[in-house]
Amino acid sequence: MFKSKTAAAPYLVWMVIFIVVPLFLIGYFAFTNAEGQWTLENISQVGKYMPVLMRSIILAAIATAICLLIAYPLAYIMSRQVGNNQRLLLLLVMLPMWMNFLLRTYAWMTILEKTGLINRFLGLFGIAPLNLINTPGAVVLGMVYNYLPFMILPLYTIMIKISDSLIEASRDLGAGFFDIFRRVVLPLSIPGITAGITMVFVPAISTFIISRMLGGGANLLIGDLIDLQFYGNTYNPNLGSAISLVLMVIILLCMSLLNSFDNEEMEDVLL
Amino acid sequence: MRNLKWLKSSYVAMVMVFLYAPIAVLITYSFNANKSRGAWTGFTLDWYGKLFQNDAIISAFGNTLLVAAISSVVATLVGTAAAIGINSLNSKAKQLVRTITYLPIINPDIITGVSLMLLFVFAREKMNIPINAGYLTLILAHITFNIPYVIFNVMPKLRQLDQFTYEAALDLGCTPWQAFRKVIIPEISPAIFAGFLMALTMSMDDFVISYFTTGPASQTLPIRIYAMTRRRISPEINALSTIVFVVVLTVLLISYVSEGQKERKLLRQERETRQALHIRKEEEV
Repeated sequence: MFKSKTAAAPYLVWMVIFIVVPLFLIGYFAFTNAEGQWTLENISQVGKYMPVLMRSIILAAIATAICLLIAYPLAYIMSRQVGNNQRLLLLLVMLPMWMNFLLRTYAWMTILEKTGLINRFLGLFGIAPLNLINTPGAVVLGMVYNYLPFMILPLYTIMIKISDSLIEASRDLGAGFFDIFRRVVLPLSIPGITAGITMVFVPAISTFIISRMLGGGANLLIGDLIDLQFYGNTYNPNLGSAISLVLMVIILLCMSLLNSFDNEEMEDVLL
Repeated sequence: MRNLKWLKSSYVAMVMVFLYAPIAVLITYSFNANKSRGAWTGFTLDWYGKLFQNDAIISAFGNTLLVAAISSVVATLVGTAAAIGINSLNSKAKQLVRTITYLPIINPDIITGVSLMLLFVFAREKMNIPINAGYLTLILAHITFNIPYVIFNVMPKLRQLDQFTYEAALDLGCTPWQAFRKVIIPEISPAIFAGFLMALTMSMDDFVISYFTTGPASQTLPIRIYAMTRRRISPEINALSTIVFVVVLTVLLISYVSEGQKERKLLRQERETRQALHIRKEEEV
């Protein structure tokens, strides 16, 4: 086999400068103040933002659960289609991702706002305009909408590997619809589920666009806090780094709970 | 059983309505005579004409393409070499490098963006490296998040390679470099191309990392759009997105149809072979 360790040299240098060092810098800024002296003050200040942190975790978890509920049957239906139908469905699921997600989220504003499409439609029946936008529900909707394909695709990838004959065999052996699901399909699709949960939960918990556009000022998420520390009036990269560090720790904890940090398996499902 | 089929189709249809509703809204409003997104006041193609006179949008679109092209080409070259090199490392080193390479994929965009921003600030202020936020920082950031997609596309293909063809080439008098160029590269080129395409689309679509690493002079289209969402999206953007959407749709449909034809051809060939075999069997009998 062709072997050349030196081929990796340019990348290894790149990796250290642009991946490892930047992450260390987050740690460095998190534990220093503006003058560069060591301090624990930034980390302790993060405690003040506990409600925002909890809101981010809860909304992202709800959105992830809804994505899983919507995507699971769809991925299963897709995986049981043959040839052309299957490819067409896959194309339809992936196509929206080619339209800029800022624009798609902005379009939801047009749909949800006070004078938006839903409220104008409801107005025809004399229903008073509902307060849809700037609610936690709207933020969850935006998350579900934006990240649903990231749940569908890994589930689909794992489910096409479940052979029809396996399902037929369990049916022949007397298993009902529910038993087939619980004993055959569900266990075999676990890697897809964990990959999907990671791919939805991670961007959902750290988003700052969706909460800003659909949540208004009252539904700030942890991503908004980080953005405010770097670009807002309260410029404070040290606090911003501390919040980023906490966010990273939360995500790593969630992922080790899921036990999905298995590289090879993830690679099979994601790419 | 028929009921179940009806249930399945309506379920798929409902999810599709959800996925396409905002896109339908966007496309519809690109033909709306009214400038605001409020009311529908008649059909017009004006925004498509005005789009090409809007320098801000056109230059942002150009920046997006430029950054995507440069970063994905560099990422493909560095990433392919890296995949080969990583594959040659011993298993412990390999695992460490793979795990670090995963970080930009698995980390939230905002963390990657913020960490790179800190790197550039640190280099500028503490190390006196004149690296101002602009095209350079933007391209460096894009290369960084693009390389892993190339590496993780190419590495599995390298593992599947038949090692004997390479050795056979050496036995037949090739130098290692010749054998690499003529045997290994053609074998892994589909994976390299897939990685390149993935890097290109990731780069064109990226907002968050660009937002933290770019300067005022090097705005990409997503950044431009973000600046607009604070007040109002101009209908020209809707027109541009509609054009991009239609182009992507066309490309995907062409590949869909041609793949379908390929499959049908394969099926026909299989049927003909089976028939031929059948006829021969009958003759033998």
